[in-house]
Amino acid sequence: MTDALKFQAKNISRVFGHGKKSVTAVDNVTFEIRDREIISLVGQSGCGKTVLAKMLLRLETPTSGELLFNGKPITATGDPRNHWRQVQAVFQDPFSCFNQFFTIRSQLKSSFRLFETKPSPGEIEERVDQALLAVNIKPKEVEGKYPFELSGGQMQRMLLARIFILKPQVLIADEPTSMVDACSRASILDYLLKLKEELSMTIVFVTHDIGLAYYISDSLYIMHKGKMVDRGAPDDVIKHPTSDVTKQLLEDIPDVHRQWIARGTPVHAAE
Amino acid sequence: MTVSAPVRPLEQAASGPTPKPAKSNAVLEVEDLRVHYVTRFGHKIQAVDGVSFSLKQGEILGIAGESGCGKTTLVSGCMGLYIPPLFHTSGDVRIDGKSIVGMTLEQNRKEVLGQKIAMIPQGALNSLNPTRKIKDMAADMILSHDESADKKSINDRLRERFTRIGLDADHVLNSYPVELPAGTKQRCVIGISTLLNPKVVVADEPTSALDVSTQKAVIKLLFELMDQEIISSMLFITHELPLLRHVSSSIAVMYAGEFVEYGTTEQVIFEGRQPYSRALMGSMLSAEPGQKSRKPVAIEGAPPKLDKPIPGCRFAERCPVAQPDCRTTEQVLRIVAGRQVRCKYADTEVVEQVGGGL
Ligand SMILES: Nc1ncnc2c1ncn2[C@@H]1O[C@H](COP(=O)(O)OP(=O)(O)OP(=O)(O)O)[C@@H](O)[C@H]1O
Ligand SMILES: Nc1ncnc2c1ncn2[C@@H]1O[C@H](COP(=O)(O)OP(=O)(O)OP(=O)(O)O)[C@@H](O)[C@H]1O
Ligand SMILES: [Mg+2]
Ligand SMILES: [Mg+2]
Repeated sequence: MTDALKFQAKNISRVFGHGKKSVTAVDNVTFEIRDREIISLVGQSGCGKTVLAKMLLRLETPTSGELLFNGKPITATGDPRNHWRQVQAVFQDPFSCFNQFFTIRSQLKSSFRLFETKPSPGEIEERVDQALLAVNIKPKEVEGKYPFELSGGQMQRMLLARIFILKPQVLIADEPTSMVDACSRASILDYLLKLKEELSMTIVFVTHDIGLAYYISDSLYIMHKGKMVDRGAPDDVIKHPTSDVTKQLLEDIPDVHRQWIARGTPVHAAE
Repeated sequence: MTVSAPVRPLEQAASGPTPKPAKSNAVLEVEDLRVHYVTRFGHKIQAVDGVSFSLKQGEILGIAGESGCGKTTLVSGCMGLYIPPLFHTSGDVRIDGKSIVGMTLEQNRKEVLGQKIAMIPQGALNSLNPTRKIKDMAADMILSHDESADKKSINDRLRERFTRIGLDADHVLNSYPVELPAGTKQRCVIGISTLLNPKVVVADEPTSALDVSTQKAVIKLLFELMDQEIISSMLFITHELPLLRHVSSSIAVMYAGEFVEYGTTEQVIFEGRQPYSRALMGSMLSAEPGQKSRKPVAIEGAPPKLDKPIPGCRFAERCPVAQPDCRTTEQVLRIVAGRQVRCKYADTEVVEQVGGGL
């Protein structure tokens, strides 16, 4: 079942507005996402990554084309929770995903509402603890704490703890590392790999950091103005970019080993 | 601390006042600054605990460190933005030789903020009021420090400045933010924040939500402002270490409210001597072919709580090469290999086992 397709998109588009003022956020794209693979969507701001991710989550509907999940069309009608049990997301701004007025723990516990059969209270507590430990947070550390009392990096791990509880088939991660430092970023990537390996999850990773995408993914999709301009195995895309967009993207990345912007002699006060 | 590196010569504006012969050419001096929060339970959290550095004309100091290590708190302290629950504990901050601690917030807003030290807001794109024209927002910046400025002189100033930063001044000034593309809006935000030629610009994650191409344009603009002497030095905070490598002249790595390594960019990025800063640099990822096989280092565990004094090295709990005496011996900043380091073993091979890989 390893080659089974999770998602199949056939010529899907998403247009906002009408007539002259319309914006084509996603423009006639066709792709497939296989079971247990990590794919990355990379591209400039506004290129349509989030809109595409939202369509996979059933938060947006394509204006044309066909989008299949597990071989069946994703319909806009019916209880969305059925879809969300299988496809979950972590978003860019972790603070907006948690309610500021409830403790972290109570919000993790409320994730169980999405289950068809809710476990017993004792089991809920136990599974919350396990999920926290899975993302390297001692349950005691966050006991009684509210979202604003945690750092950005800790919050991002809380979102992943929620995923460890819900165990969806697919995880959509939209810029999950934008607020965290390089070390925490490395650990978030490790958690994503752990989710893929231990829970056989399929992951759609949205980012504009091609370095992260390169490290984590099995396939890399480069988007530009709603279209997919390059795709393939990360090494192929990086070594043999076919589109000018990808070439420019690679050029603009600040890399420690390469000249990036010319400057005069730096000034130091530190000795 | 002593100053030894060569200073990039800055051209003197022909008509400007001749600078007074200051004893040092530091623009911003921070001396043993300590800053704390008071939580709703009355606990004191020492978020910045004894930080000292100075910024010279033309210098860009990059600050790196884990979420929650105190970077934003440090810059609030440097700007004198002590708004409860944030309080000044001790230490001094001087801009152009003049101390700004102990000022009231009102006095600070009038005399310091925007004028001597300015902040480029984090969500720059969303920091513009959508219902007002760019020129009105820009005029507010001038009026907040010079109530008597007349309309004509404000207009002239705005047109001159917007043209200088490469914008079509007439068009842009008369537009509403929504009518402008993202790149232009970003220029406007930076243009407005630096209208009053602040000595020091604080950029706290100015590019974290931007794609690489927009990010590059922002950095170019900041460099132009420095080259044109509109601003003279910068504090630059980012989680993007490769960016720090290209932008800053010096780097300070913070951990749990303290500097743990502070030196030139080359020293800190390529030859770090402190385990935490080495691990941080070792966790950098890049899209260079072949890098995929290199595993980035994640540091397990969490930084210590800052609500009570910590004996010994603050990083010892998580340090992969901690020695038995690290948890008990207090670590002080000292000079090793030409930079400041806070680690007893900084000058030994012990630290070399961590990170690296660059
Ligand atoms: N609800 C909406 N109504 C109208 N236009 C929209 C809507 N949502 C998105 N768009 C437009 O669709 C385009 C793609 O947006 P999207 O959010 O997918 O970009 P993105 O690639 O995720 O960018 P970023 O990297 O900034 O998050 C943009 O031009 C955006 O303005
Ligand atoms: N209002 C507050 N009340 C109590 N503690 C606070 C408050 N704001 C911040 N802190 C604490 O102060 C410490 C430093 O926070 P700060 O925001 O300066 O970190 P940072 O280095 O800027 O992190 P990030 O990279 O996530 O922006 C953290 O431990 C944080 O929990
Ligand atoms: Mg997006
Ligand atoms: Mg911060």
